Amino acid sequence: MKSELKVKAIEKGTVIDHIKAENLYKILSIIGIENLDTQIFIGNNLDSQKFGKKAIIKIADKFPSMDDVNKIALIDPNAVINIIRDYQVVEKTKVELPETINTFVKCINPKCITNHEKVETKFNVQVKDGKVNLKCYYCEKITGQNNIEVIR
Amino acid sequence: MKNKSLVSINDYTKEEYFKILDLAEEFQKNPNHKLLENHVIASLFFEPSTRTRLSFETAIQRLGGKVIGFSEAANTSVAKGESLKDTILTVSKYADLIVMRHPIEGSARYASTVSDKPIINAGDGSNQHPTQCLLDLYSIRKTQGTLENINLFLVGDLKHGRTVHSLLQAMSEFNPVFNFVSPPLLRMPQEYKDFLDEKGIKYYEHDELNESIKHADIIYVTRVQRERFSDPMEYEKVKNAYVLKNKMLEGTKDNLRILHPLPRVNEIDTDVDPNPKAYYFEQAENGVYARMALMCHILGIR
Repeated sequence: MKSELKVKAIEKGTVIDHIKAENLYKILSIIGIENLDTQIFIGNNLDSQKFGKKAIIKIADKFPSMDDVNKIALIDPNAVINIIRDYQVVEKTKVELPETINTFVKCINPKCITNHEKVETKFNVQVKDGKVNLKCYYCEKITGQNNIEVIR
Repeated sequence: MKNKSLVSINDYTKEEYFKILDLAEEFQKNPNHKLLENHVIASLFFEPSTRTRLSFETAIQRLGGKVIGFSEAANTSVAKGESLKDTILTVSKYADLIVMRHPIEGSARYASTVSDKPIINAGDGSNQHPTQCLLDLYSIRKTQGTLENINLFLVGDLKHGRTVHSLLQAMSEFNPVFNFVSPPLLRMPQEYKDFLDEKGIKYYEHDELNESIKHADIIYVTRVQRERFSDPMEYEKVKNAYVLKNKMLEGTKDNLRILHPLPRVNEIDTDVDPNPKAYYFEQAENGVYARMALMCHILGIR
């Protein structure tokens, strides 16, 4: 059986596919899954030809904002977002890292102005050796991929 | 007017820096002017820094400008809990240009987004201090006649020193050779060495000051601070390895000059002071001319 079908199909909504299994929980957290009130189906450790074990998230009746896509790209640049209508994929987007990331990531530097005053964070996205580095527009310090913490 | 704030050393182009350095040279020949006669400059020091503040205020006075501001945050509305945003918004209604020093990193960049008047960053925590870099460039060009192909020794705390990091970035435009002299614990961070590798710039690392300084055009000394060591024994072991003494300068190049951002503690022995190669007090003086030139440039006066 195809792995997609191991997780119940949805009539309309969003399917986030090709997530590396290890990234599933980070993605659930970064998109704020606990605040969604529609049906959600999650599969993890499904077989993947690309990278061994993958995860899939299906969210009924919701469509992602640009912000959501950016958040997912930060955690797993290989993820694919499918838009579903009438049980069919109508749009398939490979997530792409934006040049800048605004508002939702916390700067790792405790002495940064964004951690002292009500200032929205802003980062330039840099990729080095396959890792995402966020350079703070204000304090110029780097927040690395493993240190990304989402502001709620 | 275009907001030409100087927050980080990367904000200006090489050409703009040359323009400012040329203007600083003019001011050195003839330091007293009335160019800022109709201007009010705010000097906001949210943390004390006597040297930098006096240098800026001297620069403003020599240009005939008026200064408002404070030298520490204790007796101001900041102590009452006012946000930086409100302070900057208010002062930008009073003054034509804001010079600010603040312990929080990124504060000057933030101020430049809030204010419709230009900001000069006079130091934001351990992040940037671009006018120090400007006066260092001025001092190097003045003493060597050029910024190109300089053999530059950076000595002391190369890990935390924002001055040496900015200087490294700025000098990288001019085909230098770097020599890093520091205790192993306080070495130049990898990201800066990667930066040099990418640019194809040569650098060498040394654990102590040795005869390699015979090749130096500039020795830039910074303070090794006791508080950077968690183990006081480690500090005691290394502190004397980085003290520059006059007899070490025997056999060095005639054009060699010793620079230091000051304040100095013991890392340059006072027996170096009478040596014509000691340049740190002239360097401090140069800061006034560099800041005069920068302010005129930003305000579009010259």
